Amino acid sequence: MISLFASLRGDRAGIILLILLLLATVAVPVCNLVVPENSPVHISTFTMALLGKYLCYALLAISVDLVWGYLGILSLGHGAFFALGGYAMGMYLMRQIGDRGVYGNPLLPDFMVFLNWKDLPWFWHGFDMFWFTLLMVLIVPALLAIVVGWFAFRSRVTGVYLSIITQAMTYALMLAFFRNEMGFGGNNGLTDFKDLLGFSLQSDSTRAGLFIASALALAFGYISCRYITRSRLGQAALAIRDQEARLRFIGYRVENIKLWIFTFSAMLAGLAGALYVPQVGIINPTEFSPLNSIEMVVWVAVGGRATLYGAAVGALLVNYAKSFLTVTFPDAWLFGLGAIFVLVTLFLPKGVAGLFKKQEAHR
Amino acid sequence: MGQHHYRALLSLVTLPFLLLVCFFPAVAAQTATQESFEQGIHLLKSRKFQEKNRAVELITDSGDPRSMDVLQDLLAGKLFLLRTDQTVVQVKSAKGGYAVTGVLQQQDLGTLQTRQLKKITINNALRGALKSGIAKINLQHPDPGVRANAVESMLEEITADSVQMLEELKTKEQNKAVRRELETAIAISWLKGNDEAQKLKALDTLSGSLTPVVRNELKKITTQENSEAVQKKALQALHTIEAKVKWYAKLETLFFGLSLGSVLVLAAIGLAITFGVIGVINMAHGELIMIGAYTTYVLQQCMPDHIGLSLALAIPAAFCVSGLVGVIIERSVIRFLYGRPLETLLATFGISLILQQTVRSIFSPLNRSVITPEWMTGSLAINPVLSLTTNRVTVFIFAMLVFTTLYILLKKSSLGLQVRAVSQNRAMARSMGIHAAKVDALTFGLGSGIAGIAGVALSQLTNVGPNLGQSYIIDSFMVVVFGGVGNLWGTMLGGLSLGIANKVLEPWSGAVLAKILILVLIILFIQKRPQGLFPQKGRAAE
Repeated sequence: MISLFASLRGDRAGIILLILLLLATVAVPVCNLVVPENSPVHISTFTMALLGKYLCYALLAISVDLVWGYLGILSLGHGAFFALGGYAMGMYLMRQIGDRGVYGNPLLPDFMVFLNWKDLPWFWHGFDMFWFTLLMVLIVPALLAIVVGWFAFRSRVTGVYLSIITQAMTYALMLAFFRNEMGFGGNNGLTDFKDLLGFSLQSDSTRAGLFIASALALAFGYISCRYITRSRLGQAALAIRDQEARLRFIGYRVENIKLWIFTFSAMLAGLAGALYVPQVGIINPTEFSPLNSIEMVVWVAVGGRATLYGAAVGALLVNYAKSFLTVTFPDAWLFGLGAIFVLVTLFLPKGVAGLFKKQEAHR
Repeated sequence: MGQHHYRALLSLVTLPFLLLVCFFPAVAAQTATQESFEQGIHLLKSRKFQEKNRAVELITDSGDPRSMDVLQDLLAGKLFLLRTDQTVVQVKSAKGGYAVTGVLQQQDLGTLQTRQLKKITINNALRGALKSGIAKINLQHPDPGVRANAVESMLEEITADSVQMLEELKTKEQNKAVRRELETAIAISWLKGNDEAQKLKALDTLSGSLTPVVRNELKKITTQENSEAVQKKALQALHTIEAKVKWYAKLETLFFGLSLGSVLVLAAIGLAITFGVIGVINMAHGELIMIGAYTTYVLQQCMPDHIGLSLALAIPAAFCVSGLVGVIIERSVIRFLYGRPLETLLATFGISLILQQTVRSIFSPLNRSVITPEWMTGSLAINPVLSLTTNRVTVFIFAMLVFTTLYILLKKSSLGLQVRAVSQNRAMARSMGIHAAKVDALTFGLGSGIAGIAGVALSQLTNVGPNLGQSYIIDSFMVVVFGGVGNLWGTMLGGLSLGIANKVLEPWSGAVLAKILILVLIILFIQKRPQGLFPQKGRAAE
């Protein structure tokens, strides 16, 4: 544990980020729950849920940065891990509805009754228990990452090829989850959630709790990624990014190092998805769409590759811009997003974080 | 003028002709023709279906040139009576009513309303008689194709008594195809008779015939026939036919696969060129296809009266528009990012978003449909169970043409030589005096232009919308990666085999699952052979 925090030594930007996060963890719920509604510092539940969503995205961005920035794998399929974690949580929330659904079936979720199913599919068992769900939130994305990674890294698929494979993976999953026969609600996905661990999802205090959980998860994600990148494993990962062949010749098992880090990153993405779903209230197959996964990469690019804190900042910035633009100029958002892709790669190869570093260097 | 007056006049006119009968049989025959035709038309006015039936017979046998038209109109419900004087008229819908023409004198009666007309009704028995009447007339048609079709449409009406007429026709018939049809018809009528030897002989002829009527007859025989020998043979014949049908079904799957494959090849081949030379995947490739499709749409809007011409013009136009956009992309963005493939991937993805939104802003987010020229609609019927849609055949041929042109261009032209040189060893090519930057831009333009051409072809198969490109981009990647980068043959074989695999899996697993399975298979394949089907050899292979 001590070494975990020791890894933060010398990381000024990271420490600032963590302190801000800590402040937000305390301030936002207080401003929402304690401060009266007419006060100027009051934060509405909607805003808090939005911020909580951003924090999930930030955690997701960090997981993308871990593999892209420090391992050189441009994953265009991280949305799949995120969505799988989300689906696991969604299944738990569905089971929690119980007989309060439209059809009042105590065991089967509404869409299964609608499809005339008689029994709960085998993969839905166990999701009535929270600990099991939490386990699945981490294990399912990890399993997918292990299978894909094991195949890909062992046969030395790298670069653009690997990007395309991961994109095809999330695309295939999207097509699969759109099918009703898969048993995940098809097109509509999972929604109409009622409560989590007995707390109603509609109440402000549950929302605040979810916000705090997201902030803590982000802090945990940041520190653990920082720890990994500082460790011997992380140093080897950096070496793989820069000179993969050389490291292999020296005698390192490159594929194992890649597999470990890739799997850990997938678990973080799954965790982000699990926290995301109760806050937005729905999970459907569009979360798997390749466009989503590639947007995540842009968050990292905007914030700055291989900085971790940059990824989190990038996610917050881009998503804030998205929320703002889609409301005020609905047509302009895709222009804006497209321009970000082009401009950042052309003029800001190190992202926003690079700007600050440059200033520091000048000083 | 009343009908009766007319008839009296007519007989007066025909009288002198009747006198000529012995001297001029030809004239007499013509008169008889007219006579029975007119008689038939008059009988049509009757309310009794029996008499109408007789009328149809008369008209059919009259040999009058008008009879075909009349029978077809009667079958289509376009033959009416005037409520005023019971004249039989042919009717075409026109502005503000019906354009009416008298049958006997072909006089134009102007435009009338529905209430001035009474439809000549037909029943099922009459319908059958009409169909075989039309077929009978067509049997005399000078075009052998029409005659063959006439025999085929008669098959259902054939009874054991038709043999004689069919035999007569067969002895007169010169054309081989029509004779074969007639033989089938004779065999069917034998099957309906009672002679066992004839039945066995008929089964010999019918075995392997794909006509649906034959299959139905054989099925009947297998259940209803008393003679065991005939039943056994019929069963055998049926098996032969079913085996043949199965084989043609496989051919059909193959055709669908090749068709899908040719679309994939078209979509991927431009990508293969840009990836092969510059080593970067252009995520905006799908949008360049979309731009080509929209170019077709715009050209068609500009000249709505010349659909075929606009399509022909769209090919060079789409090549130029998409190619120009491609060159602009290369010059303004990609050239600053050489050597950083992942960043290029992101930047081109951004460009694809911008292009999509631009098209959405200009043309609306809704799909636009592009009209297919007439010669590309319909289908080529190879036999009763296999027919190929013309637009898919055309696109397949088009894809092969584009491939061949491109292949020759890359292998024989000086530009092709430079492109290959730069793609194999950039530094060496430059030191040999090749202007690499120019080659990059031209290659990118070429690949983009091909994408535009693919868009023209796609506009003939699907609707044109802002998302058109997106739906093909992942498939195109798969084709390029599967085939092997920098190898046109690989792209070709990869595209076709993926298309076929998709269509083979489809009936077994459903369309979506087939696509998923293909994706998984490709992912597994890349694990096994990361460089694709046809890896680059030598130093280029890293």
